[in-house]
Amino acid sequence: MVAVLDLAGIVKDYASEAGAFRALHGVSFAVQQGEFMSIMGPSGSGKSTLMNIIGCLDTATEGRFLFDGTDISAYDEAALAKLRNSAIGFIFQQFNLLPRLSSLANVALPLVYAGLSRKEREARAAELLALVGLAGKEASRPSQLSGGQQQRVAIARALANNPRLLLADEPTGALDTKTGAEVLDLFRKLNSERGVTAVIVTHDPGVAAATNRVVRIQDGLITYDGPPTQDALAGGAGHEYAVHPEVAA
Amino acid sequence: MFGSMVAEAWSALIANRLRSSLTMLGMIIGVAAVILMLAIGSGVQAYIEKSISALGSNLLIVNSGAARSGGGFSQGGGTAPTLTLDDADAIARLPGVIAAAPQSGFASQVVAGPANWLTQVSTSTPAWFQVQDWFPDEGRPFTEMENRQAARVAVLGRKVADELFGANDPLGQQIRVRGITFTVIGILPTRGQGIGGANRDDTIVLPLTASQRLVQGGGTFRRSIRTISLSVETPEDLEPTEEAIAQLLRRRHRLGPSQVDDFTITNITAVGDTFKETTGAISLLLGAIGGISLVVGGIGIMNIMLVSVTERTREIGIRMAIGASRAAVRLQFLLEALMLSLVGCLAGVAFGAGIAVIAGKFLPFATVISPASIIVSFAISAGIGIFFGWYPANQAAKLSPIEALRS
Repeated sequence: MVAVLDLAGIVKDYASEAGAFRALHGVSFAVQQGEFMSIMGPSGSGKSTLMNIIGCLDTATEGRFLFDGTDISAYDEAALAKLRNSAIGFIFQQFNLLPRLSSLANVALPLVYAGLSRKEREARAAELLALVGLAGKEASRPSQLSGGQQQRVAIARALANNPRLLLADEPTGALDTKTGAEVLDLFRKLNSERGVTAVIVTHDPGVAAATNRVVRIQDGLITYDGPPTQDALAGGAGHEYAVHPEVAA
Repeated sequence: MFGSMVAEAWSALIANRLRSSLTMLGMIIGVAAVILMLAIGSGVQAYIEKSISALGSNLLIVNSGAARSGGGFSQGGGTAPTLTLDDADAIARLPGVIAAAPQSGFASQVVAGPANWLTQVSTSTPAWFQVQDWFPDEGRPFTEMENRQAARVAVLGRKVADELFGANDPLGQQIRVRGITFTVIGILPTRGQGIGGANRDDTIVLPLTASQRLVQGGGTFRRSIRTISLSVETPEDLEPTEEAIAQLLRRRHRLGPSQVDDFTITNITAVGDTFKETTGAISLLLGAIGGISLVVGGIGIMNIMLVSVTERTREIGIRMAIGASRAAVRLQFLLEALMLSLVGCLAGVAFGAGIAVIAGKFLPFATVISPASIIVSFAISAGIGIFFGWYPANQAAKLSPIEALRS
């Protein structure tokens, strides 16, 4: 079976005024269909860079990146936009809903770019809102919803085009513990019941613990790839961690 | 996708109602100015054309006396007419001249039974109908024979016929002018307003001889007349004929080289052309000012769109992350700019047309709002929206989704 994500030797350089800066020094891992994993790392570790590459918002300087078996390094901006629209569902820390639009319209937005008719969009968006437990809130604007509800709208939006990958960036970072746990439960439910492949980028060990696999990244290198053990999760800045044998090889 | 983008562009404008309407103000004023000026310009043109064609085509008017007062019809009382019937005959024989009608006129009360009406009385020869290119549509004009015999017959303008006889048929009825009875033999078709706003249909035409003998106090048959109007075959004949008449009349009136003309020749078409050129130039100038306002309005749209792109950087990032291509982002902002300019144009057309209609009530002529001017306004506005919206829309499309999301 083809991996949803397949990274081998990914290097990313940035040109800045202070000279070239290497954010990723050769990152390799694969994510299979139906996985529920997290990417952990302190700020400056390169995890945002990695997330941008996985999310097809950016391309790698070196290395091989296959998305769903396809090398997208030659894709132009329009093709990447189309791929993001059809195959990736983004979830952000700040929800990133459009404040002017109702929750129904927010969920339907990716379907606009997918070219669906108004009727199809609205039917699909209503169905997704019901799936995330927000039936009846179709007409509410983001400002009329609680943080947890807004994040649910964002998850519904991410699911709109039945993506291959759900990519979440600190999805519970702006929520209180209880609401955060509910949102994580929703991820877990989507993963176990519907087989949605989900990657959560986080620095919160509690969030990572809820997933089945943890990839730790530090200074542009993977320092751990394995199950969310106590040791793997507790690692903070300044600690040395053994590289998981499979990855080091 | 396009339909929902139009709806979104609209909701973006509605969300910033005050800012959108202030931005549109430049377009509104510009379009209103252009529409108003074109409406007045075409109104004046139509008015002049109608007035000139109401006077007859290819018309020259020769007036007695050197004094040029107003339209040439209102010589001061006591001014002795210098033109004669023989002058008219001589002019009629010039090459290119179709007909020359000697004429005089005065205002008088006209009475028919119990009804009476103050109107303009013209006295002339049958050539008058030909020169004016205005023949009775009911009854007939009077003939050369009737003129020579000073027959007491009259041709009425539509207005006078209506005032004196109402629904009754005036043909064959009697009217009295200054105590003399005339029989109505014809009625002129309606011609509307002439130059200066007078109703051309408020007139009656009598044979020159009959009126000179009978109406103007009888007895003395004077061969002098106030005015000779004549028509020529083509517009090109107007100027050479004007020249030929001047030479002919100076010779006939025995004027020495040092003496000034004792007559004036007016070329109505030339006067109208000059007037048209002047009003055309003024409308063009005012239209240009409107055009400048449109450009300023366009810059205003560009300015506000740049602000909007900056404010909505995050929104652009979100849209790109969930699958909007650069082209889709560009189209979205271009549509907003286009909508600003087109809604502004719509309001401007309504505003300009409203003022034009009101102005038409106070001006001596009706303003003409041509569909072409509205179409041109919309086309120009669309052009301005696209031209000035392109740069901000491109700025939006050029954003990196990662940078935009971080903002």
